[in-house]
Amino acid sequence: MSSAAEIARQTQQREIRNRWLLSAPALLIIFFAAIGPLFVVLAYSFMVKGDYGDVKFGQYSLDGWFSVFFQRDIFDDTLTLADAHLSIFWRSLKLSFFTTLLTLLLGFPTAYFIATRPRNTREIWVFLVTIPFWTNLLIRTFAMQQVIRNEGVVNSVLMWTGIIDQPLQIMFTDTAILLGMVYVYLPLMILPLYASMEKLDFRLIEAGYDLYAGRLQVLWRVIIPLVKPGVIAGSILVFIPSLGAYVIPRVLGGGKNLMLGNLIELQFGAGRNWPLGAALSITLMVIVMVALLFYVRNAARSGAQHG
Amino acid sequence: MPKPEEAEQKRVAVEARSIVKAFGQGSNAIRALDNVSVAIRENEFFTLLGPSGCGKTTLLRLIAGFEYPTEGAILLYGDDIAGLPPFKRPVNTVFQSYALFPHLTVSENVAFGLEMLGRSKDEIKSRVAAMLKLVHMEELGNRRTDQISGGQAQRVALARALAPGPKVLLLDEPLSALDYKLRKEMQIELKRMQSETGITFIFVTHDQEEALTMSDRIAVMSKGRILQVGSPWDIYDKPADRFVADFIGETNFLTAAVVDIANSRATVRLSSGKEIPATVAEGMQPKHEATIVVRPEHARAVKKGGQLSGTVENVVYFGTDTHIHIRLEDGSPFTVRQQNARSEFCGFEIGDPAGIEIAADAAQVLRD
Repeated sequence: MSSAAEIARQTQQREIRNRWLLSAPALLIIFFAAIGPLFVVLAYSFMVKGDYGDVKFGQYSLDGWFSVFFQRDIFDDTLTLADAHLSIFWRSLKLSFFTTLLTLLLGFPTAYFIATRPRNTREIWVFLVTIPFWTNLLIRTFAMQQVIRNEGVVNSVLMWTGIIDQPLQIMFTDTAILLGMVYVYLPLMILPLYASMEKLDFRLIEAGYDLYAGRLQVLWRVIIPLVKPGVIAGSILVFIPSLGAYVIPRVLGGGKNLMLGNLIELQFGAGRNWPLGAALSITLMVIVMVALLFYVRNAARSGAQHG
Repeated sequence: MPKPEEAEQKRVAVEARSIVKAFGQGSNAIRALDNVSVAIRENEFFTLLGPSGCGKTTLLRLIAGFEYPTEGAILLYGDDIAGLPPFKRPVNTVFQSYALFPHLTVSENVAFGLEMLGRSKDEIKSRVAAMLKLVHMEELGNRRTDQISGGQAQRVALARALAPGPKVLLLDEPLSALDYKLRKEMQIELKRMQSETGITFIFVTHDQEEALTMSDRIAVMSKGRILQVGSPWDIYDKPADRFVADFIGETNFLTAAVVDIANSRATVRLSSGKEIPATVAEGMQPKHEATIVVRPEHARAVKKGGQLSGTVENVVYFGTDTHIHIRLEDGSPFTVRQQNARSEFCGFEIGDPAGIEIAADAAQVLRD
């Protein structure tokens, strides 16, 4: 015979069990598709590299991590910083930073323009912004190549008008990578910016004007603080893929201007150094996380001050 | 009504001259304001009253600078400001939805206008404190705007708009979001602040009771035009046309024949054949047949006699008074409002015959 308390206890237990069962699919996906593979990568970074790629299971070494930052001279065995790797880190950070900045500068007015159109035409503008997504990234990158190469549109027009008499060497430079990344990632900036601007209460802008704020002051003191969530979201969405970009630097940067994504690919491919590739991948992740923490905290602080 | 010489003593703060405001283009254009002229005096509590879509908010936004007139001029103490952007006009607005900056605290909201004017830190600090004191919000300066109630948000909006010391304060239905009791409180508060600060208030509302209780003068608007400007007493007791009479309070419309007219006084013959004296609205054209209005409280239902007679159709008890709906012999309705006595009911039941006694001087002949 079971008392009322006993029944209540059993019901509660069943509820808890059901809760876990119902959330199981989501938990499984999160574990096996997101967290699990990370641990695999982490484990690989501590293993001994195989002779033809892969790793030797069961044999552990710090060589992978070691060679992320240092290199040993082949002749005298002296230890030096891995200049090549560090310059690639630096280039990746620099290019990603400027990509984020440029997409923000271009995306902000664009998103504001869309958000201030009549309601029924906004969708058309948003649709136009998303059209490039229909095309493969590789094809868009090659399209950019057609525009900036020595015989491309930009150079042809500049030479035809007589502004220059030698084609500008844009291809295979950092500028080419930057142009490509800005072009490709711009929609990722515009969409979250638009989403937060669409919710903007335009009466607040009127209130700003009413209280003697000029146009620039309204922008700095009213609009930007209010759309800050969109600015943060857009910056994150642009910065992360920029840092790990692979196709764009490969096509537009040529063989010399590597970014982190290319360096990692190299280790898993021709370099046959999977532990180094894995260690570089983890490093990339850490850089992204540190940069984001820094950025979000900074944004939050300036938000608390006057935003 | 102020005597003419009194009116002239006060300077005109805001003047709208032949304002036309059209939205849209060509044949689709809507005239939100159609040749509106009005002069608002210094230190006045002036109300723009009308149903939604009458153009009252548009007129307010033109004065604030959020819209520009299609035709006409807006003068602030004699200077045409119609072309100036809002941030160059010494007027401030209390918005219908308050429009407080959600990213700023209460104090920072109040300080915003002063900061934009480039005032010194010390001045801003003392001014913000004074403003918060004026609206009884001293304690809540550090709150975020989502941590205060609607009534408090209203006060902050008021303090923010008053802080820069505007020459004219514009209020766009500021009380419409508040519940009844709070609204009554704020009506008295607003009136107090207006007399304390001595600032000209231009108040927009669709609530006739609010307009009557708070205003020095009221402009009644309909369909982009101003129909009548006057004191609450003028507007209520001497409505110029049918819309004004109908919009403000309850009223009875009667068709009558004008027998004699001289010096804004007339004698009219009612449908029953009885003749009564009446006042005449300004600008009435001499004509034979006219509409007259009689307020329900200016008439009494009587068992015998009276200038009109009919049958009781309905008796509605309101506590303080009773409304007796009477169908007149010519078929038109007439409502009488009688104050209740404690010991006896009005004495009429549905179906009873009743006479209507119109108080002396209760009838007004309308313009149209």
